[in-house]
Amino acid sequence: MTTNTQNPGSGGAKPPLQIAAMGLAVLAALYGLALANATTSSVMAFHGLVFTLASVLALWGLARFKARPQGTVLSGPGVVYNMDVVKYGTIASVFWGVIGFSVGLLAALQLAFPALNFDVSFLSFGRIRPLHTSAVIFAFGGNVLIATSFYVVQRTGRARLAGDIAPWFVFWGYQLFIVLAATGYVLGVTQSKEYAEPEWYVDLWLTIVWVTYLLIFLGTLWRRAEPHIYVANWFYLAFIITIAMLHLINNAAVPLSWSSPHSVIMWSGVQDAMIQWWYGHNAVGFFLTAGFLGIMYYFVPKQADRPIYSYRLSIVHFWSIIFLYIWAGPHHLHYTALPDWAQTVGMAFSIMLWMPSWGGMINGLMTLSGAWDKLRTDPVIRMLVVSIAFYGMSTFEGPVMSIKAVNSLSHYTDWTIGHVHSGALGWVGFVSFGAIYCLVPWLWERKRLYSLQLVSWHFWIATAGIVFYITSMWVAGIMQGLMWRAYDSLGFLEYSFVETVEAMNPYYIIRAFGGGLFVAGSLIMAYNVWRTIRGDIREGEPLPESVTVSAAAATA
Amino acid sequence: MAKFDHTRFEKSPFLFLIGILLVVSIGGLVEIVPLFLIKSTIEKVDGMRPYTPLELEGRQVYVREGCYVCHSQMIRSLRSEVERYGHYSLAAESMYDHPFQWGSRRAGPDLARVGGKYSDEWHAIHLGNPREVVPESIMPGYPFLGKKALDTREITARLKASRIVGVPYSDEMVAAALDDLAAQANPDSDTEGLEARYPGVIMRDFDGNPDVVTELDALIAYLQMLGTLVDFDLYRADEDGNNR
Amino acid sequence: MTYHSLAHFSQTWGLVLLVAIFLSAVAWALWPSNKQRFEDAAQLPLKEDEDHIQ
Repeated sequence: MTTNTQNPGSGGAKPPLQIAAMGLAVLAALYGLALANATTSSVMAFHGLVFTLASVLALWGLARFKARPQGTVLSGPGVVYNMDVVKYGTIASVFWGVIGFSVGLLAALQLAFPALNFDVSFLSFGRIRPLHTSAVIFAFGGNVLIATSFYVVQRTGRARLAGDIAPWFVFWGYQLFIVLAATGYVLGVTQSKEYAEPEWYVDLWLTIVWVTYLLIFLGTLWRRAEPHIYVANWFYLAFIITIAMLHLINNAAVPLSWSSPHSVIMWSGVQDAMIQWWYGHNAVGFFLTAGFLGIMYYFVPKQADRPIYSYRLSIVHFWSIIFLYIWAGPHHLHYTALPDWAQTVGMAFSIMLWMPSWGGMINGLMTLSGAWDKLRTDPVIRMLVVSIAFYGMSTFEGPVMSIKAVNSLSHYTDWTIGHVHSGALGWVGFVSFGAIYCLVPWLWERKRLYSLQLVSWHFWIATAGIVFYITSMWVAGIMQGLMWRAYDSLGFLEYSFVETVEAMNPYYIIRAFGGGLFVAGSLIMAYNVWRTIRGDIREGEPLPESVTVSAAAATA
Repeated sequence: MAKFDHTRFEKSPFLFLIGILLVVSIGGLVEIVPLFLIKSTIEKVDGMRPYTPLELEGRQVYVREGCYVCHSQMIRSLRSEVERYGHYSLAAESMYDHPFQWGSRRAGPDLARVGGKYSDEWHAIHLGNPREVVPESIMPGYPFLGKKALDTREITARLKASRIVGVPYSDEMVAAALDDLAAQANPDSDTEGLEARYPGVIMRDFDGNPDVVTELDALIAYLQMLGTLVDFDLYRADEDGNNR
Repeated sequence: MTYHSLAHFSQTWGLVLLVAIFLSAVAWALWPSNKQRFEDAAQLPLKEDEDHIQ
C-alpha cells in the first residue's frame, strides 16, 4: 500500500489556493472574535472564542502545509492515495466511540440512580442524553463514515482523494462541529429536535463542512480509473446527499439575531412533528444504515476475500432501500395528532422496508458462503458477520413495531430504546469495530493487529453487553406498556404512573451493566488499536493461516 | 430496457446523484407537503392563543433542560391515555409550538395537560427536589432554577422571530413584551393590557418569591397553562372541517 | 387540494407508477446482457491489490 507517510499533510495545493485558505482562516478568526464581543450570551461568547481558536490552529496548519510532490499520480496504475486523513478519521472514531459510549453509561446509571444527576444543570439527564446520542451517532458514527468512505472511494476507484486541503477541512471542520454541538448541549444551547439538537449557527457550520465532503466524494468518483462505481460508493453517496437534504429542511430556522445562539424553527406543531421524524427516521435510514451498508459492501468482501454474494441483488437492494426508507417517519407518530392517512402510509412503507433490509442482510451474510470456517478463525470477520445478524434482527423488529397495534404498546416505552440499541450497538457498533480492525493494520502497514485474542475478548464482552441491554429493555418496555394500560376489576386504571417508574428500576440496573460491558469492550479495542499503531505484536498468539494471508495481501 | 442504461448512472457520479435525489425526495413530498395544503390537518378550535412572553421564556427553559427527553406532550387517542391524562391532543394545540414538543419517550408522565393539575407550590418543590413530593421519582432536581433571575434580554427578539415564522404576535404584543412578562409574575401590577392581549392568562407569583422573576417562575407559568387553552365544550370532532 | 383527491391519486396512478418503476429496476438488474458487467464490478474491492504493486 502506498501512502506517502514521508510527507505528512501531503499537500499539492498551489500556493495561491493555500494563501486564499489562510486568508479565510484569518477572516474566520476575526469573525469569532466579533461574535464573542457582540453577543449577550455567555455560551455564544465561548463558542466565538472556540471558533477563533480553531481558525488560528487552521492557520498554523495551513502555514506548514506541504505541497504534494510534483508528478504525483492521481489515478490509475501507480496512484498515490491520500490515506493520512483516513488515519486521523480512524483514530477519531475510536476516541469519540469511547466517549460516546461512556456518556451513555452515565445516562443509563442516572435513570437507575437519580442522585447521579447531582442536581447541577450540566450533568442532568436532559442535557446528558442528547450529548450521548449525538456523540455516538455523529461523533463516532460520523467519523467512521468519513474515514471509511474516504478509504473506499479511493481504493475502489483507484484514484487519489480530490482536493488537498479540502479533506483536512472536512475532517477538522467536522470535529469542530462536534465540539460546538456537545459543549452547546452541556451549557444549555439546544433547539430540542431529537438528533438535530444543535442550534442554527452550528447547523450552518455543518452545512459548509458537509457540502465540501460531498464535493470531495464526487470529485474522487469523477477522477476514478475504474469504469464502474462500486456499490459501496452508491450507499455512501446516498447517505451524504440525503443527510444534506434532511438537515437543511429539518433545521430551517430564524435566528433571534446574528449573535444570538437561539432561533425559532420555521415549522410548528403537526408539520414540525412530521418533518422531524422524516428527518429522525432517516438519520437512522441514511446515516446509520445506508452509510454503514457502504461499509458492509466493501469490508465484508475484502476481509472474506471473496466478492459480494450477488451484485444484482445489491442494485435492487440499493434503489429499493433508499426509496422506501424515506417514507417510514410517521411510524413515530402513531395515534398522535398526525392525520391518520399519514400514519397509515408510514406504517405500510415501514413494513415493506423489511424486504430490502433483509435483501441486504442476505447479501452480506451469503458472501461468506463457502468460507464459513472464517467465522471460527478470524474474529474480525466474526464481528462483521454478527453485525449483519443484528442488522437483520433489528430490521425485523422495526417493521413489527411500526404496526399500529404493536406501536400502541411499545411507543413511549423502553422497548423503543432497546430496539434502537440492538441496531446501534449490534449493527452500527460491530460493523464499525470490524472496519476499524481491518483499517488499522492496512493504514499503518502492520503485518497484523497487535492481538486477535483481544478482538475476541472485545467481541464476546460486547456481545454479552448487548444481550443484557436489549433483553432488559424488552422486558422493561413491554411491562411498562402493559402497566400503563392495565385496568383493575372495577374498570379503573390499575397503576399510577410512578408505580410504573418504580417497576423499571431492576431493568435499568441490568441495562447499565450491559452498557458497562460494551464500554469495557471499546476500551479493549482502543488499547489494541494503540498497540497496533505502535507496531507491537502480542507474543505467543497462535495465528490462523487465513488471517496472516489476508493481512499480508492487504499490505502488499 | 437496453436503452435505459445503468452504466450511465454508474459512470457519471453527477447523474447518479440526481437519480438518488429524485428517488429520496418522493416520500417526503408525499407525506409532508399535503400537511400544509389540506386544511383539516389542523382542527378548528376555540381558545388557542400564542404564548405570553413569560410562558415563552418558560418554554425555553423546558427546552434548554431537555425536558422533552423524558416527557411527551401528546396524548394519543387510546382509552388508557385519555383516562390517565385527559382529552387526546389535537394538532391545533401545538400550532404555535416552534418546534413541537410531542416527545418520543415517557420516562416521566405526559405533560400535555399538566396545567392546573398541581399547585404552584407543588411544582416549585417538585422541580427543586422531585423526591420530596414523589419519593420513587427518578427525575433530576433543578434547585438552580429558583435561584436564577430570568434572562429577559431576548424576549422581544423571540417574539419578532416567532412572528416571521407565522405566530400571530401583533405589534402591540411585541412592544409590550417586557411589561407583559413582568406583569404576569406580579399580580399586583397593572395587568389589564396583558389580559386583553392574552385571554385567560394566569397571573401569579409562581415561585413564591416576589422579589425577582426567576427561571422557576417562567417554567411554572408555562407548565400551568399546558393543555388548558382549547375549550373542549365547543370542540366537535365530527365536524366536517375536522374530519381527517 | 383535499384529502380525497390525494387519496384517489395515490390509490390509482400513483400506485401503478411506483410498481412500474420498481419492476423496471428489477428487470434491469436481472437483464442477462448486464450480467458480465456486474460480475466485473463485484470484483472491484478484491482486484485493486493486484494492480497495486508500487
